[in-house]
Amino acid sequence: MEKFKTLVAVAAPFPQKNVDTDLIIRIERCTGTPKEELGKYAFEMVRYLPDGTDNPAFVLNQPRYRGAQILVCGEFFGTGSSREVAVWALASMGIRCVIAPSFGQIFFSNCFQNGLLPIVLGTSEVDGLMREAEKGGEFEIDLQEQLINKAIRFDVAPRHRTMLLEGLDEIGLTLALEPKIAAFQAADRARRPWIYQK
Amino acid sequence: MSARTMFDKVWDQHVVEDLGDGVQLLHVDRHLLHELSGQRGQLDLKKRGLKMRNPELAIGSMDHVISTAPGARGGNFPWADRMIESYRAEGKAAGLKIYDIGEDGQGIVHVVGPELGFTLPGATLLCGDSHTCTHGALGALAWGIGTSELTHVLATQTIVQQKPKTMRARFDGRPARGVTAKDLILALIGKIGTAGGMGYAVEYAGKAIRGLDMEGRMTVCNLSIELGAKIGMIAPDEKTYAFLKGRRHAPAGALWEQALAHWKTLPSDADAVFDKEHAIDCSVLAPQITWGTSPEDVIGVDGRIPDRKPDALAYMGLAAGAPIAGTRVDRVFIGSCTNSRLPDLRAAAALAKGRKVAKHVEAWVVPGSWRVKQDAEAEGLHDIFLAAGFQWREAGCSMCLGVNGDLVAPRARCVSTSNRNFVGRQGPQARTHLASPAMAAAAAIAGEIVDVRGF
Repeated sequence: MEKFKTLVAVAAPFPQKNVDTDLIIRIERCTGTPKEELGKYAFEMVRYLPDGTDNPAFVLNQPRYRGAQILVCGEFFGTGSSREVAVWALASMGIRCVIAPSFGQIFFSNCFQNGLLPIVLGTSEVDGLMREAEKGGEFEIDLQEQLINKAIRFDVAPRHRTMLLEGLDEIGLTLALEPKIAAFQAADRARRPWIYQK
Repeated sequence: MSARTMFDKVWDQHVVEDLGDGVQLLHVDRHLLHELSGQRGQLDLKKRGLKMRNPELAIGSMDHVISTAPGARGGNFPWADRMIESYRAEGKAAGLKIYDIGEDGQGIVHVVGPELGFTLPGATLLCGDSHTCTHGALGALAWGIGTSELTHVLATQTIVQQKPKTMRARFDGRPARGVTAKDLILALIGKIGTAGGMGYAVEYAGKAIRGLDMEGRMTVCNLSIELGAKIGMIAPDEKTYAFLKGRRHAPAGALWEQALAHWKTLPSDADAVFDKEHAIDCSVLAPQITWGTSPEDVIGVDGRIPDRKPDALAYMGLAAGAPIAGTRVDRVFIGSCTNSRLPDLRAAAALAKGRKVAKHVEAWVVPGSWRVKQDAEAEGLHDIFLAAGFQWREAGCSMCLGVNGDLVAPRARCVSTSNRNFVGRQGPQARTHLASPAMAAAAAIAGEIVDVRGF
C-alpha cells in the first residue's frame, strides 16, 4: 500500500451532508470494474449530464479543482453501504484525504485499508477549511505531525496512523499473531463448544 | 464485578489480543458470505496466496446479483453468471458450504442466517454487507465489513476493531394497530437522525421490543446502520430460544443445554450504565413513511411534507406542506433484508386479500429466502398476491439496490419495504418511500400513499 506522509494538494469543497456510498459509486460499478478504472464512475449521478458530458456545476469538474486530492466535506460523509468500492473509486480519481465532521463508520474503516486518510474535525474547523477550499489553492496535510496547513491539529488512532505512514497491511500484521488465534480457539472450544460444531 | 451491558459481555468474550489504544483483535465465530462481496474477497485471498482459515465457521448464500424473475436459476447478465460461477468454484475449493439457488437455505444472507440457526446469541457474526446488524436481533454481536476486512476474516477468522460506545434505545407504550416494527425504528431514526447512532453499539429495549416477534426484532436491528450504528442488539429471551431450537445449524442435545445456560448470562445487568439513552413512546406513533432521500426524512402517514431539504423535495417531486397521503405511486416493492420474512408477507397478504393492485401500479413481492417462499406458498399467500395482481418472485435482494437489474424507472415513485431511500438507490432518478409491508400493500391497492389504519 502506498505510504502516506505529507500531502500537498488542491482541496475541493464538498459541503453536502450525508453523502452516501450509493452517490459515491453506483452499485452496478461494484460488479467487477477494475479498481484503477473506478475513478471515472465516482459521483457519476451528479458529475455528468444526461448526455454523458461533464456537469459544469459539479465541483470536481471546475478547472481549479481538477486534480484535487483532498475533499472538505459535510457531516456524515460515506454513510450507507459497506461497499469498499466507494473508497476505491475515490482513490482511483486521486483522492488521498477526506476531511469532515463525521463519517459513515464502515466507510471510515475502509479508508485506512486503502491508504486514504479520513480526518474528523469539529464543525467550526471544517467550516473554516471549507471557506479556504472555496478560495482555491493547496492544503498541506502532515500525518507525521498531525497538522493541516501547519496550524490545525487533527487526531488519528495510533494504529491507523502507523498503517498509513508505513503502508502496512492489516492482514499481514494479524497473520503474525496466528499462535494467539490458535490458542484462543483452543480455549474457547472448551468454553463454548457449540460455536465450533455448527 | 460492576454491572455490564450485553454488548460489553459479548465483546470481552471474543478478545484474542489487545492491540492497544482501545483497539482489539476479536475472534469471528460466524462469517456469512454472498456472491457479490464474498466473491471479491475470495479472489483477493487467492491473489495473496492465502487460504480460508475456518470454512467450517462460515456459510454462503446467493442473494445480491441473482435474478428474482419467476423460475430464474442464475443472473440476468453474463457478468452476474460469471460472478456466481467463480463464487461457487472458490467456495468449493475452500470447503465452504454455499446454499445455492433452488436449495433450502438460499436467500438474503440476513434472512437465512437466523433461519438456519447459524446466527446465535452471544456469537460474533460478520458479513460483507452493512445490514449485518440484523443478526443482533438474536443477541449476536454482528456488523458489516468492507472487502479488505472480509479478506482479513477469511484469512485469520478475526477482525481488528475499535470498541464503540454503548447506547440504549427504549421503546415503551403499546403501538396502535397498523404500527409495526418498521415504524418503531423509522420513528427513532426520524428523531435522532442518521448520524444519531454513530460510534455506538445500540441495544434496543423496552416493552414494545419484548412484544415483537423475532422477525420484527430483525427489522428493528436491520435499520441500525440507518441510524449510523454498525451494531444493534436485542437481549435474547424465551422467544429467541424457541425460535432457534431445532434449526439446522443450531446446537442440539447436550450442547443446546450448555449453550442455553450461557445465553441466559448475556442480557445487560439491571443496573448497567449506557453511554447514551434514548426513549420512544410507541403509543403515539402513526405508521411511518419517508418523504426525502435519507431514512431520517420520515413522518407519520397522517402528516404533511416538511418545508426543508429543498434538493430532496425536488428530487422526490414533492411539494412542501402537502399531505403525504394521496401521493400517487407507480411501483411497490415488498421484500429486502428489512421486511421479507413470513410475518411480513402475511401482513401484506392480509391487506391484499380479495383486492386488486391499482391499474397504474406494478407491485412485486420478493420473499427473503427459498424457505420463506415455500412456507408462504404452503399457506396460500402467493395465491392471494397473484390474484390481487402482484408479481410473486424468487428470493433475493432484488429492487432494494437493483444490482441484479431489478430497477425502478427514472422519476417513477416506489413505496418500498427496504431500508434506503438514497438518490438513485433503486435506479437512476428513482423515487423511494420507505414503509412497512402493510403500508406498501395498501399503497399498491390504493395506487397512492395511504394510511393503513383506515384501509
